[in-house]
Amino acid sequence: MRRLSWFNVTSLTLGFAFLYLPMVILVIYSFNASKLVTVWAGFSTKWYGELLQNQAFLDAAWVTLKVGVAASTLATVLGTMAALVLVRAGRFPGRTLFSGMIYAPLVMPEVITGLSLLLLFISLGVDRGVFTIILAHTTFAMCYVSVVVSSRLVTFDQSLEEAALDLGCSPFSAFRLVTLPIIAPAVISGWLLAFTLSLDDLVIASFTAGPSATTLPIKIFSAVRLGVSPEINALCTIMISIVAVGVIGTSLATKRAAQRQKRDEQAAARAAG
Amino acid sequence: MRKFSLVSVPYFWLLILFLVPFLIVLKISLSDTALAIPPYTPTLDLSEGWAGFKAFWSELDFENFVFLTEDALYWKAYLSSLQIAAISTTLALLVGFPIAYGMAQAPDEWRPTLMMLVILPFWTSFLIRVYSWIGILSTEGFLNQFLLWLGVIDAPLIIMNTKIAVYIGIVYTYLPFMILPIYSALEKLDGSLLEAAEDLGCTRTKAFWLITIPLSRPGIIAGCFLVFIPALGEFVIPSLLGGSETLMIGKVLWEEFFNNRDWPVASAVAVVLLAILIIPIILFQRNEQKQREAGK
Amino acid sequence: MAVPVFAPWDDPTQKPLIQFKGVTKRFGDFTAIDNQTLDIYTREFFALLGPSGCGKTTMMRMLAGFEQPTEGQILIGGKDMKGVPPNEREVNMMFQSYALFPHLSVWENIAFGLRRMNQSKDVLEARVEEMLRLTRLTKFAKRKPHQISGGQRQRVALARSLARAPKLLLLDEPLGALDKKLREETQFELMDIQEKTGTTFVIVTHDQEEAMTVASRIAVMDEGRVIQVATPSNIYEAPNSVYVADFIGDVNIIEGAAKRAGDGYDITWAEGVAPLHTRKEEGELIAIPDGGKAYLAIRPEKVAIHTEKPQGMTNAVQGRIIDVAYLGNLSTYHVRLANGTMVRAQTANTRRLALRPFTWEDEVWLSWTDTAAILLAE
Repeated sequence: MRRLSWFNVTSLTLGFAFLYLPMVILVIYSFNASKLVTVWAGFSTKWYGELLQNQAFLDAAWVTLKVGVAASTLATVLGTMAALVLVRAGRFPGRTLFSGMIYAPLVMPEVITGLSLLLLFISLGVDRGVFTIILAHTTFAMCYVSVVVSSRLVTFDQSLEEAALDLGCSPFSAFRLVTLPIIAPAVISGWLLAFTLSLDDLVIASFTAGPSATTLPIKIFSAVRLGVSPEINALCTIMISIVAVGVIGTSLATKRAAQRQKRDEQAAARAAG
Repeated sequence: MRKFSLVSVPYFWLLILFLVPFLIVLKISLSDTALAIPPYTPTLDLSEGWAGFKAFWSELDFENFVFLTEDALYWKAYLSSLQIAAISTTLALLVGFPIAYGMAQAPDEWRPTLMMLVILPFWTSFLIRVYSWIGILSTEGFLNQFLLWLGVIDAPLIIMNTKIAVYIGIVYTYLPFMILPIYSALEKLDGSLLEAAEDLGCTRTKAFWLITIPLSRPGIIAGCFLVFIPALGEFVIPSLLGGSETLMIGKVLWEEFFNNRDWPVASAVAVVLLAILIIPIILFQRNEQKQREAGK
Repeated sequence: MAVPVFAPWDDPTQKPLIQFKGVTKRFGDFTAIDNQTLDIYTREFFALLGPSGCGKTTMMRMLAGFEQPTEGQILIGGKDMKGVPPNEREVNMMFQSYALFPHLSVWENIAFGLRRMNQSKDVLEARVEEMLRLTRLTKFAKRKPHQISGGQRQRVALARSLARAPKLLLLDEPLGALDKKLREETQFELMDIQEKTGTTFVIVTHDQEEAMTVASRIAVMDEGRVIQVATPSNIYEAPNSVYVADFIGDVNIIEGAAKRAGDGYDITWAEGVAPLHTRKEEGELIAIPDGGKAYLAIRPEKVAIHTEKPQGMTNAVQGRIIDVAYLGNLSTYHVRLANGTMVRAQTANTRRLALRPFTWEDEVWLSWTDTAAILLAE
C-alpha cells in the first residue's frame, strides 16, 4: 500500500470539510442565543424550546411521520414483490415495460412525477391529503426498494429455497421461513431508504398534498424562503442527529456482525484442522 | 397462478400511479387552457361513447408546444438549465475526482469509514443541505464575514441569488453521486498496472494520465450523468439559492402550475423536459450496460 | 456361509423403485436428457457419473421435482410423479452447496423438514437427536452453519435430508467441497449410513473413483444419454464402448480391422506386423463383420513389458519408451509403436529403482494375453 501523498491528504481534508462544514455551522448556530443567525451571542437552547411550542411544526412533523411510516411500509412490500418479479419471474408479457417503470422514476425529475400524480388525482376526483401523499411516496419509493432488494436477491443462493421445498415447505412458506429472513437486511435497508426519501421529499408532496395536509419539508420550505431562522436551524439539527445516529449505529452493528462472523468461521476452520 | 399474482400487484400499481399519470400529462399538454374546473379543455366525456372520444381527439393540438417556442422565457429557461447542469457537473467532477482518488489511495482500514462519510450526507435531508448554504452565502453570511476578516475583500461579495450559488448548491448536494462511481472504478484498479507503466518508462504523472484516467472513465461517465440528469430538472436549489434571476426549467414548471395555474403549458413544459432528458438517460444506460458486459 | 449377493437388477421378480420411461428434457433448443429409460431398485446406492453438462444433475432435479420432464414419465414406487411438487414427494436431496439455512442452528436445520410433518414435539426432538448421533454432530447442535467446519456442514446437510426418512435420497456431488483425505473417509461413512438406514441413494458425481467406491451400480452418462449401466467391476472390466472404457480409469485404445479367427477375432492394426488376437473366456464376443472397424481396449496394468521378444505370447508388439512416469508404488511406461500408436504399460515397482531394466529410449516388447483386451465396436 502506497502512502497517501500530500495531494491526497489535502483533497480528502478539503473535500470532507466542504461536505460537512455547512452542516456543522448550522448545528452550532442552532444553539445561538441571538435571533440574528450569523452573529454569535452565547449558547442557548431556547430555539429548541420554541420549536416544541410551535404547534404548526409539530402537526407537520406528525403528518410527515405518518406518511413516512405508511408509505415506506407499503413501498417495502411492493418493492420486494417487484424485486422478486425482476429477479425470479423470468419472461412474461410486458416485462420490458415493467422494468422500465421500475427504473424510470429513479431518473424522473420530481417536478414531473409530482405534476403527473396531481393530474391523476384530479382526474379521478380523489381528495388530496395525507392519503394521496402516501400513494405518491409509495410509488417512487418502491422503485428504490426494488433496486436495493433485487441487488441482494441476485446473489441469493437459490438452492436454499429449493432445499426448503424439498424438506416439505409450500412455496409461500419457503419464502417466509428461508428467503425472507436471509434477505431481511436488504429489506430493512430498503425500508429505511424509503422512509428517508419520504421524510425528505418536498416537491412531490407539494403537488400531491392539497390544502389539508402539510408535511415538514413543505413547512420548512415556506419558512426558509423568508430567510434563515434559528428555529429552523434547531429543527434541522434534530433531523440531522436522528439520521447520523441511525446511520452510524447501523453501520457499526453491521461491521460488528461481519467481524463476529469472520471470527466464528476462523474458529471453526481451526477446530476442524 | 402464483407468479401471476406476484407480478400483477406491483405491475398494476405502477401502471396506475406511474404510466397513466404520465399519459394524462401528455394529453393535457395537447389541450387548451380554460377558465373551468379542471382548468383545461377538452375533457373526455366517456358517457358519449365513441363520438365523445372523436370529438375529444379532434380538439387536441400542439398549440402549447408552439407557444413554448414563441415565448423566449421557455427556451431561455431550457438553455439556462442545460448550461447550469453542465457547468455544475464539470465542477462536481473537478471537486469529486480528487476526493475519490484520495479515498482509493487510503489504507484499507480507513476506506469503510471514508465511504460512510460520503454516504452520510446522502441520508440527510436534501432541503436541510441546501438550506445550510443560505447562511453561508448571503451578503452578511459566514463566507463574507470570513473573507472581510481576512482582508481579502473590502465589500461583501454578492453570491446569494446568482447562478454561482446554484452551482455551489448542485455541486454540494450531488457530490456523493459523483464520488461513489469514480471511487468504485478506482478501487478496482490493479496497483500493479501503474507499477508496470512506471517499469516501462512512464513518470508517475504520465502513468496517471495514461492508465488511471482511461480505466476510471466508466466511473467518471456514470458520475457525470448521475449529477447532470437530476440537476437538469432541479427545483429546490434554484428556488432557494438562485433568486428570481436564475431561470431553470423545473422552477418555471412549478410557477406555471402553482402561480399561473396554466396546466396545459406546465404539462407541455414537462413533456419537453422529459424529451430533453431522454438523451442523457439513454447514454447513461448504455454506459452501464457496457460496464456490466465488461464485468462478465 | 454364502452372503447373498445384492443384485435386484438381475432378479425379474423385483419391482424397481424408480422408473424413467422415455424421459426427454429440453431447455429451449437444448436437449439435456434424450429419451431416457432407466430403473433403480430399493436399497441401491446408484451413481450417475459423467462430465459436467452431461445431464446427470437434470436427472436428479427431475427426481426431486424441481424440473418436469418434457416428454415421458418418471415413476417412484410405481406412482407417476407428473405434477407432484417437491414438497409432496417422499424424496429428499442433499445439495451440492449443502444449502444449509444460515439463520438457523444445526439443530433447527435438521428439524426443519420434520416441522413440516406435524409431528408431536417429543417425536420430533427424538428424531433430531437420533440424526445428530448418526452423523456425530450432537456437540454442535447449537451452532450456526458458519460456526462449523466444511466436513461438519456436509454431515448436517446429510442429517437434514435423512431426517424425514425419505424413500429416496438424492446426493448432488456430496463430497465435492471436501479435500481429498476427508472425502475418502466420508465415502465410507456415507456407505455405512446408507446401509444402516436402508435408504435408496442416488448420487451424482463427476469423480469416477468416488462412484466406483460407493455405488452398487453406476450409470455412465454423456450428452444427455446413459451410455452404460452396470456394477463398478463390470463398468471397469467390461465397458460397452470406447467412451466408457476411456472415462473409467486408464486405457489403451488400438484401432484396426476385425476378422473372425478361431474362437475370437484377429485385429489388423498396422502393416507388416502380425494381427492381434482377442477372445473371451466365457460368453460371446460382440459380432463385427469381416473387415469392419474395431477397437481394442487394454488396461495398462494388463500390459507386460519385456526387453526381449516374449516367447509363446499371442499378442506382442515392439516399441520405444518415450516417457516413464514414476508413481512410487507403480511405474507407467509410455511406449511408441512403429506406426506411432502410444501404448501405456504399468508395472508394480517390486524392485528398487536402480535394479529396473528399462529406461528412456529403450527398445522394448509389450505383450498381453488374448483375453486381456476388450473388443469394442464403438
